[in-house]
Amino acid sequence: MSIRDESRPFLDVRDLKVHFATDDGVVKAVDGLSFSLERGQRLGIVGESGSGKSVSSMAIMGLHRRAQITGEIWLGGEQLVGADPEQVRRLRGRRMAMIFQDPLSALHPFYTVGQQIVEAYRLHHDVSKKVARKHAVDLLGRVGIPQPSSRVDDHPHNFSGGMRQRAMIAMALANDPDLLIADEPTTALDVTVQAQILDLILDLQAEFDSAVLLITHDLGVVAEVADDVLVMYAGRAVEHGPTSELFAAPAHPYTWGLLGSVPRFDGGTGRLVPIPGNPPSLLNPPPGCPFHPRCRYRELTGGRAETERPQLRAIGPAHSVACHLDDAQRRRIVSEEVPTWL
Amino acid sequence: MLAYVARRIVAAVVLLGIVTVATFAVFFLVPRLAGATPQDLAARYVGRAAGEAQIQAAAERLGFTDPLYVQYGRFVKGLVAGAEYDTGASVEQCPAPCLGYSFITQNPVLPDLLDRLPVTLSLALGAAVLWLVSGVAIGVLSALRRGSAFDRAAMGVALAGVSLPIFFTGLLTLSIFSYGLGITAPGGSFTRLDENPLLWAYDLLLPWITLAFLYSAAYARLTRAGMLDTMGEDFIRTARAKGLPERTVVVRHGLRAALTPILTLFGLDLGLLLGGAILTESTFSLPGIGKYSVDAVVQNDLPKVLGVVLIGSMFIILANLVVDVLYAVVDPRVRAG
Amino acid sequence: MRRTRRLAAVALGAVAAMALGACGGPSTGGSGGGTGGGGDTAKAEANAGIGGIANPSDAKGGTLRMANSSDWDSLDPADTYYAYAWNFARLYGRSLVGFKAAPGKEGAELVPDLAESLGTPNADATQWTYRLKPGIKFEDGSVITSRDVKYAIARSLDKDTFPNGPTYFNDYLDLQGYEGPYKNPNLDAFTAVETPDDRTLVFKLRTAFAGFDYLAGLINTIPVPQAADTGARYKEKVVSSGPYKFETNELGKRFTMVRNPNWDASTDPIRKALPDRIEVAVNANADDVDNRLFSGDLDVAIEGTGVQPAAQGRVLADQALKANSDNGLAGFTWFTVLDDSVAPLDNVHCRRAVLLAADRTGYQRAYGGATGGDLATNLMGTNIPGAQQFDLYPSSGGTGDVAKAKDELNQCGQPNGFTTSISFRAERPKEKAAAEALQQSLARAGIQLEIKPFPAGDYAKLYAGKPDYSVANKLGLKVYGWQADWPDGFGFLAQVVDRRVIKAGGGNTNLGIRIPELDARIDQALGETDKAKRDAIWTGIDRTVMENASVLPGVWAKGLLYRPPNLTNVFVTGAWGMYEYTALGTTRR
Repeated sequence: MSIRDESRPFLDVRDLKVHFATDDGVVKAVDGLSFSLERGQRLGIVGESGSGKSVSSMAIMGLHRRAQITGEIWLGGEQLVGADPEQVRRLRGRRMAMIFQDPLSALHPFYTVGQQIVEAYRLHHDVSKKVARKHAVDLLGRVGIPQPSSRVDDHPHNFSGGMRQRAMIAMALANDPDLLIADEPTTALDVTVQAQILDLILDLQAEFDSAVLLITHDLGVVAEVADDVLVMYAGRAVEHGPTSELFAAPAHPYTWGLLGSVPRFDGGTGRLVPIPGNPPSLLNPPPGCPFHPRCRYRELTGGRAETERPQLRAIGPAHSVACHLDDAQRRRIVSEEVPTWL
Repeated sequence: MLAYVARRIVAAVVLLGIVTVATFAVFFLVPRLAGATPQDLAARYVGRAAGEAQIQAAAERLGFTDPLYVQYGRFVKGLVAGAEYDTGASVEQCPAPCLGYSFITQNPVLPDLLDRLPVTLSLALGAAVLWLVSGVAIGVLSALRRGSAFDRAAMGVALAGVSLPIFFTGLLTLSIFSYGLGITAPGGSFTRLDENPLLWAYDLLLPWITLAFLYSAAYARLTRAGMLDTMGEDFIRTARAKGLPERTVVVRHGLRAALTPILTLFGLDLGLLLGGAILTESTFSLPGIGKYSVDAVVQNDLPKVLGVVLIGSMFIILANLVVDVLYAVVDPRVRAG
Repeated sequence: MRRTRRLAAVALGAVAAMALGACGGPSTGGSGGGTGGGGDTAKAEANAGIGGIANPSDAKGGTLRMANSSDWDSLDPADTYYAYAWNFARLYGRSLVGFKAAPGKEGAELVPDLAESLGTPNADATQWTYRLKPGIKFEDGSVITSRDVKYAIARSLDKDTFPNGPTYFNDYLDLQGYEGPYKNPNLDAFTAVETPDDRTLVFKLRTAFAGFDYLAGLINTIPVPQAADTGARYKEKVVSSGPYKFETNELGKRFTMVRNPNWDASTDPIRKALPDRIEVAVNANADDVDNRLFSGDLDVAIEGTGVQPAAQGRVLADQALKANSDNGLAGFTWFTVLDDSVAPLDNVHCRRAVLLAADRTGYQRAYGGATGGDLATNLMGTNIPGAQQFDLYPSSGGTGDVAKAKDELNQCGQPNGFTTSISFRAERPKEKAAAEALQQSLARAGIQLEIKPFPAGDYAKLYAGKPDYSVANKLGLKVYGWQADWPDGFGFLAQVVDRRVIKAGGGNTNLGIRIPELDARIDQALGETDKAKRDAIWTGIDRTVMENASVLPGVWAKGLLYRPPNLTNVFVTGAWGMYEYTALGTTRR
């Protein structure tokens, strides 16, 4: 029996928590994440490794096997958290599909690209192998693979890196999914190929009118693709807003750090300033603001950073941030300090 | 492809040459280093109170008085062109490939081997099917339920299976199931498949299970380790992301990838076993190649030993070839390379 | 999901069954013994088959199931040299004379079989005459003539074709260069055996041989029809003259025998021929053979040497099993030869010191204690008719007399003892244990032994039986054993103590006993036709060997034989030291 609510946004994530029980204690990989996404929209989730961005996307796909998941995930009006795993499985690949970071390891080495696409297609469509194969050839053509009718019988190792990711995308799109999750889709690729793949995702998204969730640690990619950006830190959103606004007026010290970490190729004066320190332990997160040990402005909060956990609050019509700094402080820092290292 | 096959055949012939020469050398050179004369060697093949003249005659009849290379040449000639044998009453033809005549029973070796081959084939193939299926099944389940009671029990039994010798488990199962409960055939039972398939299986059931127990243990452990590796691979996540049912994910994606090392081991194990399941055949008194080879070695019966070595090597070479081909079938990356 | 679970259940079941098997073993195995269904005969009793007949019966029928844990050297009577093979061959072949089928020493007596009576010698025992009973037939119905017996002996001379069989006829017949029918098809050239008519055979010998009846009792005299002879292949289809003929014969695997309709019981004083059918498996696993005997799945272990060490303890501990066992003399004497060419053992006092210092109970323990054999005090065991037991080196409990040993060492000129080597067959753990026991007990008198194992196959040919190797490597003591080809002084002693049989090239069965005065006495025994006098000469030879301290006697071996309750008419015969196979029957129908 599934719970339905047609009034919700297409993808609606509410207070999602993904916890893992380990021998050392509970790891709170995602700890209260909320966002929503409509069809035709592209949301970028950024953060360092371990920030919980991939865990969240896997939770949406229902791919966690030993996790305690609470909260709500609504897809097309259907609640996925707590739903029958079999029901979620039937949604996978059909209504939501996923593209992974390293297409070489994500594609099965022993099956041809065609076989893997056909398998995905026939799983949700009762068609003959012949029809499915033709569909696979079409898809490969659509994602820009030359001579698709012969390449369909090649194995992944016969493809170049970029071609492999195109094949991966073709496989993900086999069933016209409404939601496409791309988890670091370009990280493993050459810089020149990265742009082509992003373009392809954009084109196809426009064509299929699907919702795209882009997981990346690369703000440059987000800037190019996403309508909205959600910055995650230690399992939570620390900033969320329209891409243009977030880049024009980043509000969270962590976002500033991320922006400072982006290598620049425009010959500007900026230099790379990595965020000092390491991401916090999710087993024993620091009290108060989880970012405070690395935050160079924590003294400005009058001790609240060490004791009180900041909640996400609106600072603009669609822009929100979880930070104890008040607007004045933030404006001063943005105007005086941030640009010097951006 | 043709060049590849030719290369393999040449390599096989060279290898067979090396193993037969080595067997010859061990047989003749080791006693010779201890000071043995051809007559001393021949004295192994006469009755207990034979005189010197009889021993001399035996040395000449068995050809020990000729130089080693002449004796080896005679062996090769028999293989290629056949040989003759004087049974006293008549002269027998031994057509090529003639593996010679036993020093002790005076029977031609090749018909003996061919006569025993079905036993070993039946035993090895039947057990192989059992151990592959049960070993892989247990290994997969153990991997999927890692740390569970099933996993711990299965791996405990597997450890026992690997460490318990077959002459122990074999005798134990015989005394329980054959002599105690009377539900399986007693030791020494064998019926040919073409005579009575049902009886064939009934007679071999216990040897199969005992042999399979030993091997399936190793396969279960190997499969478990392989599956634990494979199920953590990215392509398994991809398979799940496609919405595949878990069973398909495990079997078609996980097991398929974990199968390569298992197949390699399987080919080599089977090849070795086809050359004679020595312990199992001895324990269950089965007249196969393995029992034949034990008797040959114990009795210093060189032609028999050579025959067993040849047939054993051929099976191993063949098994290697099959494994290579299977490798290419299973793993397309090998095909490209 | 459901399917995976079901698969798990099946696999778990299989594993559980295996685990059960592994733990449930001993208890189940232990109770296997009582089953097998005996007759309603008298209560079984241990050693009932020794000196008497266990489960006596004349009831015919049933199938006798036998197994051999190794294989015959050959089923061809011309080509076999195992005691059990000679015992068994009587089921399908009749020789001129043969051992009586009777318990104990009586079973070591010869009685006529094909012949009407025992042999008639000429005055100096160099010519022996036998006359066949009339009308005895081969399995095909043709009458057996003296020429069939002559042909069988003639072919057995060809050691190129039959390398395994005994060579007594080669050695003692006056062959005049005749080499057998394959090299010389003219049987008339074989003048050493004459056939003046269809029923008479006259043997002409090179030297006197008073015990020739034992040769006439060899399986070599089992007749072979010349037309059926296929040389080395004859073993595949031996033509029967006994109560059973071959039905099937898969060499090296199994064979079956059925009644020979042309065998006439009225002409046969030896064989009872109770079962209708005999099934024999060869190359069976020895431990499995024991288990099958206990479970009633098998009737006879053909080799007749007793159950394996693994099963011995079980038989002795389980009253039901023990009641069906016989622990009798098996014919072997296990002893250690003192090579008199290896100094200082060339001095009789040093040899006596060894015999005195040795703890013979340790020797006996090495061979399995009282079950494995009796303490031997001289060479010939009491199972041999006419043999006597005597002890020239007595000590309390057989544990050795170190003081006397030291006294002998003084006389030898080695007051502090000496060092030599002891050899044994590496594959035989009992010989190893015996060597180690001797090493310990001799050290008490200062005699140090270096232990040297050698491969059994080449023991006599290359090492212990090769005189120059023995001297060069100081093999003073050699663990060994011997069983007579037939139970009399000649059969036992001739090959072991006659210095004239020692070959310089090796392959000797006399491992180093050289007593010149024995030569004449052995020859005298060969010509002595009076059995009692002959036995006395052999006993004297045995005594001289002991006086000379050439041999350290170990044990007179005993086997622990098991007879399943369904086996009838069971007894150990003095001829072979195992069950008499021609007498056995079974209640299993």
